Parts: sequence; C-alpha cells; structure tokens
Amino acid sequence: MFGYYIDLAWRSLRRNKVLTALMVIAIAVGIGASMTTLTVMHLLSGDPVPTRSGTLFYPQVDPDPSPTASHQPYDVMDYRSALDLWNAHRADRQAMVTSSQLRLTAPQVNLPPLMAQMLSTTSDFFPMFDVPFRYGGGWTAQDDENRARVAVISSDLNNKLFNGADSVGRTLRLKDADVRIIGVLAPWWPSPQFYDVAGGRFSNGDTAGFYSRPEDVFVPFQSSLEINAGGFQPFTCWSMPGDPVHLQNSPCVWVALWVQLDSAAKVGSYRRFVADYATQQKALGRFVHADNTQLRSLMGWLDFNQVVPSDVRLQTWLAFAFLLICLFNTVGLLLAKFLRRAGEIGVRRALGASRAAVFAQCLVEAGLIGLLGGAGGLLLTLFGLWLVRSQPIEYADLVHLDTTMFLATFALAIAASLLAGVLPALRASRMTPSLQLKTL
Amino acid sequence: MQIQPILAALRKHRLATILITLEIALACAVLCNACFLIVNRVQQTQVVSGVDENALAALKLTGYDPTRGVDLNARVLDGLAKLPGVQSISAINQVPFGDHAGTAGITTDPDGKHFGGVVDFFVGGPGSFKALGVQVVAGRVPQPGDYQPVDFFVPDDSAVWVTRALAEHLWPGADPLGKEFWTGKFHFRVAGVLAHLARPYGGEGGPSTIEWSVYVPAQPGAQLAAVYLLRADPAQLPRVLRDARGAMATIAPDAVLDSKASQTIGTLRENYFRQDRVMAGILVGVITALLLVTALGIVGLASFWVQQRRRQIGIRRALGATRGDILRYFQTENFLIVTFGIVLGMLLAFALNLALMTHYELPRLPLYYLPIGALLLWALGQLAVLGPALRAAAVPPVVATRSV
Repeated sequence: MFGYYIDLAWRSLRRNKVLTALMVIAIAVGIGASMTTLTVMHLLSGDPVPTRSGTLFYPQVDPDPSPTASHQPYDVMDYRSALDLWNAHRADRQAMVTSSQLRLTAPQVNLPPLMAQMLSTTSDFFPMFDVPFRYGGGWTAQDDENRARVAVISSDLNNKLFNGADSVGRTLRLKDADVRIIGVLAPWWPSPQFYDVAGGRFSNGDTAGFYSRPEDVFVPFQSSLEINAGGFQPFTCWSMPGDPVHLQNSPCVWVALWVQLDSAAKVGSYRRFVADYATQQKALGRFVHADNTQLRSLMGWLDFNQVVPSDVRLQTWLAFAFLLICLFNTVGLLLAKFLRRAGEIGVRRALGASRAAVFAQCLVEAGLIGLLGGAGGLLLTLFGLWLVRSQPIEYADLVHLDTTMFLATFALAIAASLLAGVLPALRASRMTPSLQLKTL
Repeated sequence: MQIQPILAALRKHRLATILITLEIALACAVLCNACFLIVNRVQQTQVVSGVDENALAALKLTGYDPTRGVDLNARVLDGLAKLPGVQSISAINQVPFGDHAGTAGITTDPDGKHFGGVVDFFVGGPGSFKALGVQVVAGRVPQPGDYQPVDFFVPDDSAVWVTRALAEHLWPGADPLGKEFWTGKFHFRVAGVLAHLARPYGGEGGPSTIEWSVYVPAQPGAQLAAVYLLRADPAQLPRVLRDARGAMATIAPDAVLDSKASQTIGTLRENYFRQDRVMAGILVGVITALLLVTALGIVGLASFWVQQRRRQIGIRRALGATRGDILRYFQTENFLIVTFGIVLGMLLAFALNLALMTHYELPRLPLYYLPIGALLLWALGQLAVLGPALRAAAVPPVVATRSV
C-alpha cells in the first residue's frame, strides 16, 4: 500500500510542477537556513571534553579586599589562592592554567622569530583533559617541582617548524630560555577552548574568541614564570600592581584552576574544602568575602560565560522564524493542492477507500515533498556552511556537517512537511464523497 | 467596490485565509525587527572615531626586551621619521579600533568612593595629539610641559583631555575644565574637552560607552613603547605603511612586528566592524528570502482560488462585471488579508522586540518601523496577486455556460 501511495504521490507531484516546485523550494530554503545555523550552534555549544566533562570543575574564590561585596567572584584567581588550592591536591586531578604570549625561535630552523601563545600549566593538564599526543608525552609532577625546562608543542607548531617530523628531544628558544620538546600533540581543537574561558559576561556577546585554537607551547607553570617574567597579563586587578613584572604577589587575578572530581561525594567535599580555605584566609586577614566562593562544573562554567556568541543565537532564532513562515506557506499550498483534487478523492472514497487511507495517502505525498525539500535543504546547508567558513571568524575552520546533522536535516525536513501536511490531509479526508462526485 | 461579499467569500475559505494571514503576520514581525537590527548594526559601524582615520596608521612591536624600551623607542622614532612620506611618528599606547592597552576604572574622589566607570586612557607621546587630529572644543591643547615621564601606566599627576561624552557622564551639566578624577594613586585634572575620541573597544557598558576616552600626554619610555602612530598623506599612507613595516626589520631586529595590529586605522576599523557588517548582510539575505517565500505563498494560494472560482468568475462576467471588476475583486481580497496579517503582525513585532530587548540589549522598536513594514507588505501582496488576478480577469464570460 505504501508503495502505491508513493506512486500516487509521485504522479500527483508531477502533474502540477509549478506548485510542487514552490513547495519544495519553500521547504528547502527554510531547512537550509535553519540547518546552517543549527549546525553552527551544535558545534559551538557542544561538549569540549565529551569523555569526562561531568567530572571537571572550576573553583573560584574572592580575594578582593574592598569592603563592598561583589556579586560574583572574579573569573580567575590570584596566584596565591590558586597555588594553595593546587598544592593541597584534594581533587583527583588538578591543573593551574594561564596563557601568555612570548617570542619563539627554533635553533637550526630557518624561520623568523614568531610570537607564540604559551600555556603555563601543571602535569595533570594532559591526562585530565584527554589531550591526544602524536609523539612523546606530557611532563611529570616531578618536572613541575624541579621547574624543568621542557615543553609540549601543538601539532600546528610542529608542522610549521619541523614539517610534522618527530621533534621530541629538539630544542626551542622561548624568549631567552632553551626548553627541550618532550611531546607533540596530535591535532587538538576543543570547541570552545574551554580551559581559557573567562570574562564572557563582559564581552557583550562577542565571544567568538573562545573558539580560537589552543596555545602553541605548553610549559610547566613554575618554569614558565621564570621564562616569561613580565610577559603575563592580569585578567584584572583590584588595585594598581606595584611590580608589573612579577605578578605572584600582585593584587591581580590571572590564574585559573581546574579540578577533576570523580564522584558526587568528592564534589561535595571539595566544595567544603574551598569554602573552608576562604574562611581560613579570612581569619588570616587576606580575604574579606569568605562566603563568595563557587565550584561550577565545566558545562556550568561555559553557560555562565555564555560562550555561544549572541550573533549565532540570534541567527538561530531568525532561521527558525523563517522556517515557521516557510511551513505556513507549505500548509497553504498543500491545502490548495489537496482540495483541487477533490473530485479524485471523491472517486477513491466512493470506491471504498477509508478516511484513514485518504489521510495516509495525503501524508505520504507531504512526506515526499519533505524528502525532496530535505535534499534541496542539504545542498543549501552545505552552501550556507561554506559561506560561514569563508567568514573571518575564529570558529570558521571548525564548521562542518557531521553525520548527526546530516541525518537531522532529513529528519527535520520530513517532520516539518508532515506537520505541514496534517491539516490539509485532514481536510481532504473529511470531504463528502457524494458532493464531490456530483460536481464531476 | 463592496467589501461585504469578499468577506463572505473569505469566510468560506477560513482555513486558508487564516494560514496566509499568520504567514504575513510572522513575516511582518520578523521584517520590522530584522530591519531594526540592520539599522542598529549599521549605526554602530558609523561611530565617529574623532581622529583623522585616513591619514593614520598604527605600528605595533612585540617580543622585545621590556627593559630596553627606551632604546627601542629612540631607534624606531628616529628611523621611521626619516622615511619619505612620513609626516609624523609618535609613541602611543593604543589607537581607536586597535588592541586596548589602557583600560581602568576611575573615581571622582581621591578615596575611591565614587566610582566613575571604566574608561580608556590614550597615553600619547609628543606629537601624538596633533597627529591624531582630535578636535578640542574647550580648554587648551597640550603644551610641551604636559608630557611627563611614566613610571608605571600613566604619569602620577597629569593634565588630561576628556571627550565630551565622558565629561557629560562624569559631571552632567557642569563645566568639566579643571575637574579632577583618580585611578588608584594616579591623579588627573581636566585641561581640555575633545569633541570625539572612540576607545578601542566598546567597554563593559556596551556601545554607549564607546567614547569614554581620556588622552594623557606622556614621555615615551619603558612604559610607553612599542606602539607607534604614523601620520602620512592619505594618498600615500598605504605605501608609507608598507615601507615602515619593512623598515622595522632593520630598525628593530630584536622585536617582532604584530602584523594584525600594524595597519591603517581605516583597515583596523574595517576589521573591527566586520562581524557587524556580516550580520547586517545575513539579515538582508533573510529579509529577501522571507519576502520571496511570502510572495510565492500568496501567488500559490491566489492561483488556486482563481482556478477554483473560474465558473463564478464566468457568471459574474456574464452578468455584466468588467475585467476591471474581477481584477479589483482579487486585489481587494488580497489587501484585506494582508491588512489582517499586518494588524496581527504589529502585535507580534512588539512581542518579538520585547524578547530581543531582554536578550540582546536592543532599544525599543521605534513606531515608524511599523508603517514602513506595512507598506512593504501591502506592496508585496499586490505585486504577488497581480499575476493570478490578471488571469482571473481574462476568464471569458462563456465559461458560465460550460460545466467545468
């Protein structure tokens, strides 16, 4: 029966090519627009560490000594608080991070010096965030302790400097210090670059920068403080720093701490630990707002920072309003199409077809239009994504159509057209056969 | 033309009428708000920087030894001044639409009790004030004695020039000349008021704070190094900038030129607003597609109705109705439907605007967008229905005597 309905639908669609084309175009354009924005949205709002994002947390304390309470603690921590919490090793894994820029050269490589982004972090960073290695590996806790002059470099930098060869053991010059490469990452581009996310609420929705590529060089935290002294930028300061070169004791926040907590009980006890730490610091006279602490989960922290750029969210809403208009359009046209065939439907009903059969036949026709519209929508989506990729935005290179979104395109197209078809099909199946036969 | 029979006929096709009305209502709501968003974006991109954009370029060096800033300044200022076509070269910490380097909160009292907002400090060396081409509307211009050495960030106690927008924000209605403000231990006294000076970014308060800028004269030194303002004849500026960028390799081989930040102010401005222009382009595309789809919907439905009513049209023609009567019938019908849609659409437009206001810091939709949107949709409806209506008018009276 289904095959027969498809045959009927196909004949019907071919009979009135203009009307069919109008409907298919309307669906295709609506689907193309909404799938383009939805794909971008899907990529930007995804989980950057799908394997264990549920166990990653972001503690915050408020070191600001000014008596007026701020609504939220600063987005990152001062050096001392971060170091104290990190040193306590109360979580399953913990990593301090801060990013800075420095001059990088590679001896024996004939390239002009370049400015590279360096991530200062600690040994747990790599296992904690599932960072994939191409060659070598990360450093150990011992290296952190010894301020070892070692570095892990990104796949991009390895390609640029060493043409992708195994560069483990070679030397890089970071500013004026030599470091030994001990690991090369495989291509790694979490979306967003979550561990550097901070300050999203001050960005007026312009958060595309959170989707830039990870740093080129990863260096043990204490080593990097020596190597790039003066090169670190504070996130903000609550009073003017006395020594702009060494931020360790400055009234500034510039270090973030990430922790991994494998169970709900550990999350609870870590939350208490952070609160206790703040209370203790208040007793020592360093903190004023001891109750202003936070322990957000990774996804909670991303939400708090509204990482998806507001323009992208606006585009998504716009696209769905547009799809809705296209749907209304299709409903109207389908109605016209089905009611025009009143005579034919009358004959079928008189020959014994039930209302349900007529309804099913009409829906199959609507579904077929949806399938055609989905195919057109897919082409338009690919075109739309190509347009997004050609824009000079940080996440342009990330944008692609994956299998989920490919299937979603057709699912959305068919669902939309079936939805549009329900009302006209109902109307068509409700027609009185005798009345229609008389007019034949 | 009688409206009564048209309404009666529409009542027979209630479902289709409601559908097309809803479609037009949605289109009206999206159209009004999208137009408003476009105008908003375009207005943002037209912010007045207050400087001679087409005569200025920025040059930024990174990666140098910070203890050798004085030496670097001397080499660069000296070396670039010799380049043919360079009218002036001066040290500055930041330029409009460039990377920001001097953002700080200020207070209007020395104890730091009365917060005045987060502003941007343009710390400029000798020559930079004249090179920027900012317009002084009150007070004096900086004298050589105003340029003081910097220990850290800005001179400890300096005469400064604030924009009119910032003066109005800090001291509404009062004469800003001689007024003081502080940031930490640093003390500032207003010596002049500038017509305009846009800061690198809009700041925390959004686009309304784009002109909260302060110009601080200072001596180049370790704390004011590595960013330079180059002024040249607008016609020669691209060439002069290219030469200057090239010359940096020999003048300052110890530093790395930041090529993204070393551009003409015009280019920096273009890059800064690129996202807004792209968004405006997308919105224009959406509006076009929207109007097209709506028009197609009207064409489709009107064609169907014309075909359905062929006999009735024939009968009307046989009874003496002219072609014009039939044409006007369909045009009036469309006008009525579009009007219903617009009435509903205006309410929807306001609801949508309210939602946008809460999520995107948009102002309220000005009322004059509604009649413009209405006119556009009426015109679109009439245009779309013209084809089917003409076909209806062409139905010969003889159809009445035939069975369909």
